[in-house]
This record gives sequence, C-alpha cells and structure tokens, in this order.
Amino acid sequence: MPAPSLPPTPSQTVGPFFAYALPYAEGPFAVSEDHPDAIELHGRVLDGAGEPVPDALLEICQPGLFGRCPTEADGSYRFRTARPDTYIPLLVFARGLLKPVWTRVYLTGDAPFLAGLDPVRRGTLVASPSGERSYRFDVRLQGDRETVFLHHVPPRG
Amino acid sequence: MTDDPHPHHLTPSYRSTVLRAPARPPVRPALDPEAAELLDPVYGHQPVGPLDHDLTRQHEGEPIGERIIVTGRVLDSRGRAVPDTLVEIWQANATGRYAHPVDRHPAPLDPNFTGSGRCLTDADGRYRFVTIKPGAYPWRNHPNAWRPAHIHFSVFGTAFTQRLITQMYFPGDPLFAHDPILQSVPRPEDRERLVCAFDLDTTEPEWALGYQWDVVLGATPFEED
Ligand SMILES: [Fe+2]
Repeated sequence: MPAPSLPPTPSQTVGPFFAYALPYAEGPFAVSEDHPDAIELHGRVLDGAGEPVPDALLEICQPGLFGRCPTEADGSYRFRTARPDTYIPLLVFARGLLKPVWTRVYLTGDAPFLAGLDPVRRGTLVASPSGERSYRFDVRLQGDRETVFLHHVPPRG
Repeated sequence: MTDDPHPHHLTPSYRSTVLRAPARPPVRPALDPEAAELLDPVYGHQPVGPLDHDLTRQHEGEPIGERIIVTGRVLDSRGRAVPDTLVEIWQANATGRYAHPVDRHPAPLDPNFTGSGRCLTDADGRYRFVTIKPGAYPWRNHPNAWRPAHIHFSVFGTAFTQRLITQMYFPGDPLFAHDPILQSVPRPEDRERLVCAFDLDTTEPEWALGYQWDVVLGATPFEED
C-alpha cells in the first residue's frame, strides 16, 4: 500500500527582490558558445496590458542542462541553450505571480501536442526564427494572445 | 481541484496579480516518463561553498539582529527525504530592508548582511541555515501595508515539475491577517504550513534561537512507491 500523500507546501510569489539572490552570471548560458547545437532563445515577458514585466525570472530545463535568466527593464530575456529534440520546458516566476507558470517552447509548429490545442492559441507556443540559430519567444501572461500555460500536477490520492 | 493548496493566480487584494494572472485554464499535457518536464534539473555552475548556508559570516563583521537557525527537511509527497537538492533563500535584514536597489524602505542597510544563502540537503533531506531574523517591511499594495517577517525559499527536487518558490513565516506574527500574499493561500491549514515552529532542541544555548520548517514538494506523475 502506498504511503499516505502529504499536501505540498503552498507556492508564494518570488516577489520583487530576488535579483541579488537567484540570478548568476552563467545562468542564461546553458551551453557554451561553440556547442554544435547552440541556439539563442530570447523574447519578452508581457502583462495583460502589453507592458513589459521587468521582474520575472525564467528557467529552462533540458537533458543535462539548466538555465536561469531574469528579465531586464524592458521585459526581455535571453538564453543560450541547445536545440531541443522536441521542445524546451519554460518556467516563469514573477512578482504578481503567486505560483509560477509553465509553458513549452517549440521551434516548429508540427508537434502532436500542438495539434491538440485550440488552433487560435497554439501559435503562442511556437518560437519565431529571428536570425541564424536564433529564436524569439514572447510570454504573454494575460490578454487576447495569452500564452498557453500548462498544469503538471497529477490528481492526489 | 478542491484540494489544491496553492493560491489562485488572480488575487485582487494583491494588486500586482490583476494584470499578471493568466485568465485561461491551464492545459494538462499527457507526460510520458521521458518528458523534459520530468528531468532532474542540473542546477548551476558554481558548487555550493561550505559557508554559503551561514548568512551571518559573509562579511567582515557580524550582522545586527537576532541570530537564528532555520532548519528542516525537504520531503516528497510520500514523506520521503529528498537528498542532495538545492535550497536557496533570500530575506530582508533585521530592519526590514533588502540589499536590493529597488527597495526604498527608509530603514538602514547593514554592511554586514546581504541576506542570501544556499545549501544542499543532506542524506536525510535536511537543510540548515544560520541567519538573523528578518524585519517586517512596508509595501505599496494598499494604505499602511506591511509584510510579515518572512524568508523566501527556492527548492528544486528531483523533477522540474516539483520546482517550488515560496515564503516561510514566523509563528504568531500579528501581520498574518493583514497580508494578502499569505492570505492568497485559500485554506487556513495550508497557510499554517508556511509558518515555521520555534524549537528548543534546535536552539543553541547562549547563541541562537532555532526554528524548524519542512518543505513538501508536489507529486510527479511517475513517482515510484
Ligand atoms: Fe520579501
């Protein structure tokens, strides 16, 4: 019989003051510049009024790789990572987000998961090419073009 | 989900949520065991140093304030220890001021206190920090708004889906009832789990008060029994 499940510790916002604690110089660079599959992943985090979110923290996780990047005053972020086989999981924390939001960055629009989404919204998960080995992916927290966010917690029991 | 302990995104009493809370329901993807979200995040480029857990020894002198020990275990949803996982903390100093340029609270900075630390959990899932008790601080959410004293915690776990950032509070704080961030957790029993417990056994004689606080990470779809 499985042990009884414990309720998880509730999430709280990362707040406005994490910048001196969580980011670190190499954080945005999950791979080195000369990695054969290196790509640049960049974009902006925007709120429901289309204004930049200057105090968000983004994290990505790929096999053997991890990246962490805070947004700048204009809401922008920039990672260097490896071209994914499928997609790049992206986690966004921010002041005003009481729990993080999960999304996925796809570099092409042909993945089966995308086919199951509302056709009007699926494009929010597809990055656009912005130069050689460079992709742009904006995160819209709210509004008409709100990014598709994911939920990963299985039902408890 | 009725037993979800987490806050709702939209919590209008916490003003910053109004334009940042996603309005659409999240999509639940079918994750296979190989899904990238279930990878064990390989954090960091800098190894954790032997003094990174002691926020009172990062400068020439000792910080002003009430020296405390904060310790507890990181557990999975079955109550099993999560060893070797990174725990990061950050906090205000004893006057309620952060060592961050956007903090304009007119309270003194402490040249001997930065207020950030980290450690890895041991084989028993235990973390331990030595720090000073943070002060309450004002914010501009509503008139006369003050945050109860708290320490911010960031915890990794063994799957990226377990990633948790939260805040730990101190017992008996009169500001709890007035804090929209703590009150954003819907159920009182879940809010209580964000409050540490004073512990005389953790307290070290003639040196520091001790507090205990355990962190429980979320279940993952393929957790083994
Ligand atoms: Fe804080």
